[in-house]
Amino acid sequence: MSIIFLILPITLLLSLGAVAAFAWATRSGQFDDLETPAVRLLHDEHARPPVDPAQAPNEDSRPL
Amino acid sequence: MSAALDIGTPAAARVPPQPEPQCAHCALPVPAARFEPRSEQQFCCDGCRSVFAILHEAGLDEYYARRDATPSRAGARQQSPRKFEELDEPAFRNDYCQAGAGGVLCSEFFVEGVHCSACVWLLERLPRVTPAVLEARYDLTRSVLRIAWDPSAAPLSEVARALDSLGYTPHPTHKASLAVEQRKGDRALLLRLGIAGAAAGNVMLMALALYSGKYAGMGEEYAALFRFGSLLIATPAVFWAGNVFFRGGLAALRTRTPHMDLPVSLGLLAGYLGSAVNTVRGQGEVYFDSLCTLTFLLLVGRYLQRTHQRRSAKASDLLNALAPTTACLVEGEALREVSANALAKGSIVEIRVGERIAVDGVISEGSSALDTSLLTGESFPEAVTVGDRVYAGTTNLSASLRARVESVGAETRLGRLMHSVEATQRERAPIVRLADRVAGYFVLVIVAIAVLTLLVWSMLDPSHALDHTVALLVVTCPCALGMATPLAVSAALRAAAKSGILFKAGEFVEELARPGIIVFDKTGTLSEGRLELVSWRGDEAIKSLVRAAEGTSGHPIARAFQRSIGENGSSCEERREYPRGVRARVDDRDVLVGSQAFVRAALGSLPIWAVTQAQAHAAAGRTPVLVAVDGEVCAMAAFADTIRADAAASLTKLAALGFQFEVLSGDDQRVVDSIVRELGVPVLNATGGASPEAKLAAITRLRAEGQRVFMVGDGVNDAAAMAAANVGIAVHGGAEACLSAADVFTTRPGLDTVALAAIGSRRTMRVIRIGIGVSLAYNLLGVALAVSGRLDPLWAAVLMPISSISVVTAALRARTFSGGAKP
Repeated sequence: MSIIFLILPITLLLSLGAVAAFAWATRSGQFDDLETPAVRLLHDEHARPPVDPAQAPNEDSRPL
Repeated sequence: MSAALDIGTPAAARVPPQPEPQCAHCALPVPAARFEPRSEQQFCCDGCRSVFAILHEAGLDEYYARRDATPSRAGARQQSPRKFEELDEPAFRNDYCQAGAGGVLCSEFFVEGVHCSACVWLLERLPRVTPAVLEARYDLTRSVLRIAWDPSAAPLSEVARALDSLGYTPHPTHKASLAVEQRKGDRALLLRLGIAGAAAGNVMLMALALYSGKYAGMGEEYAALFRFGSLLIATPAVFWAGNVFFRGGLAALRTRTPHMDLPVSLGLLAGYLGSAVNTVRGQGEVYFDSLCTLTFLLLVGRYLQRTHQRRSAKASDLLNALAPTTACLVEGEALREVSANALAKGSIVEIRVGERIAVDGVISEGSSALDTSLLTGESFPEAVTVGDRVYAGTTNLSASLRARVESVGAETRLGRLMHSVEATQRERAPIVRLADRVAGYFVLVIVAIAVLTLLVWSMLDPSHALDHTVALLVVTCPCALGMATPLAVSAALRAAAKSGILFKAGEFVEELARPGIIVFDKTGTLSEGRLELVSWRGDEAIKSLVRAAEGTSGHPIARAFQRSIGENGSSCEERREYPRGVRARVDDRDVLVGSQAFVRAALGSLPIWAVTQAQAHAAAGRTPVLVAVDGEVCAMAAFADTIRADAAASLTKLAALGFQFEVLSGDDQRVVDSIVRELGVPVLNATGGASPEAKLAAITRLRAEGQRVFMVGDGVNDAAAMAAANVGIAVHGGAEACLSAADVFTTRPGLDTVALAAIGSRRTMRVIRIGIGVSLAYNLLGVALAVSGRLDPLWAAVLMPISSISVVTAALRARTFSGGAKP
């Protein structure tokens, strides 16, 4: 049973990792908008008409 | 201002033809007059036709396949006639645009009227409509469209017009960096929430081991390990994540206002100290699991509450949007465009026709008609001449003017008005929520019971007195009480937004739930806000002459003629506009259209019938207009601002809820009286001719009398009064300043939404009260257990989540704003 003295700190370190991951995700703005991505998911682009080549790079290089 | 906003309103009220064709854009029935048998698509109005054409040209027809075409939802597209020129000012660019990489600028617009996936799809394809836009991203949570655009390709006003032409009226949101501040706060709170959650989960695991160990037996060293482990995790959760409650509690103590944070801090602090001492002592109870869960759940409530707060605007921002920032300075013979704020007192500026005036001054040359509706709410233009005062924010309608500058910028009447909006908003006492009021008594009762417990147990069993007191403070920590309001309000606000009502903060739901006096503005609120031809006496053939004479003038009367009489063959050779009328040669005939005074001055005399009829119209609150052809008065038209179709029904609903009404309008007293008569609802007081300052004074007086006052309006002239009222409500189509001053605004036309707002608020309050009642009942049980010394940490750990779950279920299942507008 004394293994618990080793397991407990390891568990806590693992949770600390999860908390750090959450902190990173929050700070990088992943939880800022929780509604629109759900809607945007349905916007597939297959029906897109030929786009002016001058414009195309802008549409594809959008961040996030 | 709402006059032209309504251009797109479909004539759905007219009888539709059989079989009923649908508008290709908005799916509303197409009026018979607009039906085109040979065309593939039918449109209910020009607005819809032009949007359809824009989408088709940009290859965005897919929009129609994406949206669910229910008429109530898609709605006819409304376009505003705004040119958005103020967006191109350098000052604006400084305040509203953020520079990105490669000369790209980023701006944010608050966009109304987005309800579905198809709207988001369409908005994000803005680059195909306006190539200057490189990227558009819509945020449904905040209703904000963020665009990146190339300032060298097109000015921002063009982008705004493109959005407007699609039917989504854009409202620039001030300074993206402030939004960033707000977002930082949101993220920080979310992080606290996450840490409290993680701590709660881990401590609970260890608590489980401790509880089972307590009943099944556990080695002393393991128990100590779990206790110290819990202490280690709970410390950051309580003191870092829960810091917000301690700070709130301290502030509440300092300002002596009741607040939920006070009992929360007390419980957390007592529980933590007691448990920490017991951990070190190695005996007695620990409550770390309850404390972490408590912090986590309370932070959930706090987070929900925060996401619904909207910032109010600054006076300087409003001023920029309302008055132009440049003026045309007269220097000898030359004219020069200069920044309005740089104008010296006494210099002369030229004000061209159709221009909005940038300064306050006195007319030195010329005479014209001014549209002062922005400032005063008066729907009819005011005739001005040399020596009269002009104010910033009003529009010159008929002839060029020169004026001597008296004040500029913040010193103008408009500037002072906007300043008073800001000041009143700042000074307004915060609303004390019901839950906080309850918490105020609650904390006193709990402290009293705690002291009593300590005293009684000190006499009965001194070794357990402190333990029982700590147990009491932990179990009564008002978790469910703290969650009841944010949850109910959050669910309600979501439903309200779906029904077209936006609350700036949850407090206003509580304010609106109790009856009081609702003060209505008239123009644009009770009425449609534009003049309509309501009576015509004379030959129908004359109409075509009048229509030609009115041409494309922007005068409200001319606009009403343009709307009610279609374009026709008559051509106008020569026309001249005067402050009170127009004279034109149409089809070789001399046509005079104008007020009684104007036609009398031109002809020398008027026939008796014309004079008596004009008097009758004026007495009934209508505006008479005389038409003379070749020197002979031959027709009389009368115009009135028609009442909104749903006004009477909505007021009746509100009256049933116990609200009383007043009307406070900048318009003529006779017009106000006739509207009130038409409403058929008892009104305490109907005042016409009220200036914005008078409106503010009236609201302040009512509040000083101890009344609860709600101001419903749509204009800049209502803004200060709205800010001073308990709740200011801006109706759909309202001006920018008015939206900023309002606490609640509606995104659907009509007054039905106001009734729904009151009804929904009342339903929400019922849910909140139930939540508070339930949580108090659980607390009573906890108190009974703790005082009798039977409460152990397991009981506390079970009681708290159960009470919270009951409150959450009650809040989420309730129908508040979605249940229709039946009281």
